[in-house]
Amino acid sequence: MRRRRPTLELGAAHTTPLRPETDVADVAIVGGGIMGLALAYELGRRGVRDTVVLEAHHLAWGASGRNGGGVRQQWSTELNIRLMQEALEICRGFASELGVNIWMRQGGYLFLARRPETLRRLESAIALQNACDVPTRLLEPAEAQAIVPELDIGPFAGGCYNPTDAIVFPWPFLWGYARAALRGGAEIHTMTPVERIDPGAGIGGTFVLHTRKGRLQARRVVNAAGAWSPEVARLVGLELPTWPERHEILSTEPLKPFLRPLVSVLDSGLYVSQSLRGELVGGIGLPEPRQPHVHLGSSLGFLQAMARALVELMPRLARIKVIRQWAGPYDHSPDGDPLVGQVPEVPGFYLSCGFVGHGFMMAPVVARHYARLLTGDPPHPLFAAWSPARLARGSGAPGGGEHMNIG
Amino acid sequence: MAKKTILCRCEDVTTTDVDRAVATGFADLEEVKRYTGFGTGPCQGKECLRAVALHLCTATGRRPEELLPFTSRPPLAPTQLGVLAGTPVTDGSARPRDERR
Repeated sequence: MRRRRPTLELGAAHTTPLRPETDVADVAIVGGGIMGLALAYELGRRGVRDTVVLEAHHLAWGASGRNGGGVRQQWSTELNIRLMQEALEICRGFASELGVNIWMRQGGYLFLARRPETLRRLESAIALQNACDVPTRLLEPAEAQAIVPELDIGPFAGGCYNPTDAIVFPWPFLWGYARAALRGGAEIHTMTPVERIDPGAGIGGTFVLHTRKGRLQARRVVNAAGAWSPEVARLVGLELPTWPERHEILSTEPLKPFLRPLVSVLDSGLYVSQSLRGELVGGIGLPEPRQPHVHLGSSLGFLQAMARALVELMPRLARIKVIRQWAGPYDHSPDGDPLVGQVPEVPGFYLSCGFVGHGFMMAPVVARHYARLLTGDPPHPLFAAWSPARLARGSGAPGGGEHMNIG
Repeated sequence: MAKKTILCRCEDVTTTDVDRAVATGFADLEEVKRYTGFGTGPCQGKECLRAVALHLCTATGRRPEELLPFTSRPPLAPTQLGVLAGTPVTDGSARPRDERR
């Protein structure tokens, strides 16, 4: 019989010792972001008491602590739409299920299109969303302005609006999953980068993971390291086709509630929302030199480009003050779709990465289906669509992947 | 002694909030910031960082020199969007994708 370990305190996760080397974990998750923590929680719900999460920094250090907190169902692929409908339901029940207030506000998402061809892309996406029962509707510029009176609608051909999309505050969301994962029997180790992985070197052909705290044996390994996942994959000799890309974001002083939906301009990748804390939070798509490693850091160029775009979008914002800017990494994939599932070349090695800046909102639902797969249920269709093998075949998603990635 | 002592005025973080973070095991300013939200308001830590650091030292028994401040974020002082929008662009590559040709 397995001995019951005491529940570990969250803040002590950097000093807690690893389990004895002779003890084999069922699942080792590399990456203590939202994806890894949600998976640890879902595995616990499915009766797996034997999950170990290894995080290189402290919790909320990576993209999970740096993103804008959007949760939307407006996508251009049916899979993303249906998954995000499910994710939104999980978010709505988060407070009662996990006992944490995630500062959720269901104010909708308003997409705007400058060019007629962008509007046509939105139109075909709306048809698909409506077929999935997402109540998105096409808007004339004046209708967009009725929803957000501060908008200067001059540059826009039109837009669309779904009132049931939402935003959350990422930090408590992450704490909620971390705590619930611990309660469910998972171990979480922070400040514990994985330095080496030896597939097949452990008892009965298990993985051996080398860390600063010592060695860990695990039957299965899930790479949920986000923008750092190519580096983790390299530890087992895999070259992923994904790459890290820096995206900057800023926050203004807190204001009285005035902006109901998250507003996004699809042509430029601009997005801005007002959090329940009152701040405006937003970013914009800017060219980034492709770099082999994660690069974080703030630029004046972003601040200027974002300020110009915001003042142009809503001229009344000119007197609002920026209080903070920071950066986070997107985990980019060649066709805009994630890489999820077991890697054929290394049996027992799984990926949950390549979410192109949208892993935070996808994590609740992806983790739920991943835990089902890892506990023997038939795979959800997402595993076929997002199979890592599709890119090795050179095909990518049929008709191209998701095209409503923003930021 | 007042029932409630506020350490971070922008985000209403009290001594009790910090004590709760310490009881959970957090001991670094960077983690306490993400756990309580202190230092993320308009002052960006200019008023509260010292107070929270001192309280952390008292609560954990650590010495001030053992604590590192959290990463400070630009801009140095709250700056109007209109001012930033009107300044000459310092970096030619910083143009949104719909303005590039």
